[in-house]
Amino acid sequence: MDAFPTERDTGGIVMGRGFISRGFRGRRRQPEAASERMPPGQYLVDGFPVLSAGPTPRTPLSEWSFSIQGEVDGPKTWSWEEFRALPSETITRDIHCVTKWSKLDTIWEGVSVDTLLEGVETAAGYVLAFSDGGYTTNLPLEEVTGGKAWVAHTYEGEPLSPEHGGPARLLVPHLYFWKSAKWVRGLKLMNGDEPGFWESLGYHNHGDPWREQRYWGD
Amino acid sequence: MTEVAAAPRRLAWQIGEVVETSPETPRTKSLFLEVPSWRGHTAGQHVDVRLTAEDGYQAQRSYSIASAPENGRVELLVERLDDGEVSPYLTDELQTGDGIELRGPIGGWFAWDAAEGGPLLLVAGGSGIAPLTAMVRHRKAAGSDIPVRLLNSSRSYEEIIFREELERLAAGDETLEVIHTLTRSRPDGWKGYGRRIDEEMLREVAYPPEERPLAFVCGPTPLVETVATALVGLGHDPARVKTERFGPTGG
Amino acid sequence: MDEQRLDGNAAAGVLAEIFTFEVTTARAACVRCGATGEVGAQMAYVTEIGTVVRCSSCDNPLIRVVHQNEGPQRYWLDLRGIEYLQLQQRQ
Repeated sequence: MDAFPTERDTGGIVMGRGFISRGFRGRRRQPEAASERMPPGQYLVDGFPVLSAGPTPRTPLSEWSFSIQGEVDGPKTWSWEEFRALPSETITRDIHCVTKWSKLDTIWEGVSVDTLLEGVETAAGYVLAFSDGGYTTNLPLEEVTGGKAWVAHTYEGEPLSPEHGGPARLLVPHLYFWKSAKWVRGLKLMNGDEPGFWESLGYHNHGDPWREQRYWGD
Repeated sequence: MTEVAAAPRRLAWQIGEVVETSPETPRTKSLFLEVPSWRGHTAGQHVDVRLTAEDGYQAQRSYSIASAPENGRVELLVERLDDGEVSPYLTDELQTGDGIELRGPIGGWFAWDAAEGGPLLLVAGGSGIAPLTAMVRHRKAAGSDIPVRLLNSSRSYEEIIFREELERLAAGDETLEVIHTLTRSRPDGWKGYGRRIDEEMLREVAYPPEERPLAFVCGPTPLVETVATALVGLGHDPARVKTERFGPTGG
Repeated sequence: MDEQRLDGNAAAGVLAEIFTFEVTTARAACVRCGATGEVGAQMAYVTEIGTVVRCSSCDNPLIRVVHQNEGPQRYWLDLRGIEYLQLQQRQ
C-alpha cells in the first residue's frame, strides 16, 4: 500500500494511491465561487454528516443544565428554561470538519459564550468543554470569547436534533468542528491546558482549518 | 506463493477483479470477484471496499461475503442505497473486468464454521441475509447436517434475496428450514408471516433455549436489536446470540 | 436506536491494520465496571474521525483509534479502558 503526493489542490497536498476506481467521483462538489471560502483540503457536502464517538445522549430537558465552573469566583448554572431565557443570536457561519467536509452558510441560533461568561471573574487561560457521555474538548479562553463561540440550540430554524448534538452544542466555527462539542453541558475554566477527547489521541491541540492543523505536529 | 504456518501480518489492501455481476432483486446485485492473494475466509466475515477518485478522494464501506469459503470467488451482495455514495457506484458503474480495492477477510467474531456445531438459528433482515447465506452455503459444501433454521425478513416477495437458491437448498434438505416474513406487501395467497419479526414469531420459529442454538442476527439495526432482545427474553444465552448491525438502513 | 452504534465486529478492519491477531474474538475486561466479553460483542462507533469501542455494559471507552491516513501515516491507540485482554493461543 504505497502513497505518494500527486498534486497541490487549493494549498493542500492530495495523496494519490496506486489504484484509482474507474469512474468514481464521490459525493462532494466544489463550486468555483466558493473556493476562497474553503480552507485547504476541504470539500463541500450537501448533507450534514453525523460522526459520533459514543451513544447519543437523551437527557430530558427537565434534567439538563449548563454550568460555568472551575477557576471562577462564582460558578454559574442554568436550567433549560433559564438558558433559553438568555439573549440568543442568529448567526450564519461556514463549518469545517477535520475529516474534510465543509458546509457554507449554516444558520444557527444560540447564546454567545460572552453572555454566559458575563460577570464571571477568572484568571483562567483555558476552558475544557464537557458533554453528556464524557466527551471533552479544550480551547484557550480567548478562542471562545469576543464573539467567536456560542452554545447553540437551534439549527436551520429547528431545535437542534439529538444526532447533531441537541438540545445544545458548543459552536466554535473558526476551528475544526470537533471543537464544537455536541451535547455540551458546561465549560470548565482552567489555569492549565488539558487535551480533550480527540486532542489527547492525535488531533491537533488548536485545530485551525486555515493552517490545516489536523493532527499533532501539523 | 502460499503462506507458511499463517505468519501473522497486518491486513493489507488488495485489488480484486470483477469477473461477474448478477442482479439479485430490484435493489440488490451480487458482485463476483477474483482476488489473487485471497487467503480464504470463514462464513460470516466481511470485506472493506475502498473507492478512490482521480484526485485522491476516498470512500470506504464494509460488505459481507456471501460466498462459502469453499468457493474460490468472493461474492459480495450490494444493496443500492439511493442516497449512498459507494453502493450506487458498485451497482451502476462497476463492470466486469474492472478492478476493485478491498481488504479482508475481516471480523472473526461474527463467523461460523461447521466444526463449531449447532443447531444454527439465523435471522436476517434485507441484505443482512448475505453473511448468513455464506453460512448456509458453507454448511452445504461441507456436507454438514447440523440443523439450521433461517428466518428471513423482506419487504416483499420480489425483494427476497437469494430466494430461489434458498428454496432449492431447503427443498433438498430436511435439516434446513427457511421461513420468510414479508413486511410491506404479500402476493395473493401468501400463507407465511406478514409482519416485522417480533418475540411471538421468534417463540414459534426459534429452537427452544434448551437446545442451545448458535444464533446469528444480521440486518438493519432496529431489526437486530428487536431480535436479540427477544431471543434473550425467551431464555437464550446472550453469549450464543451474535449480532451484526448494518446501521439504520442496512448495507 | 442509535444510528451510529454498531457491533464491535465493525471495528475489526481498523484493528486489523494495527494488530496481527484477531482482536474481535479476544476477551476484554472493562476497567470501569469489570464486565468481560469478546471485543466483537461490545459496541463500536466507526467513523472517519476515529474508532471507539465501548463496553456494552457501561459505555466506557475500551479502545480508541485515530488513523492519520496521509502525510506521516500515523496511528494513535488508547487501550486504557481495558483492564486485560485474553487471547487464545494460535494453533
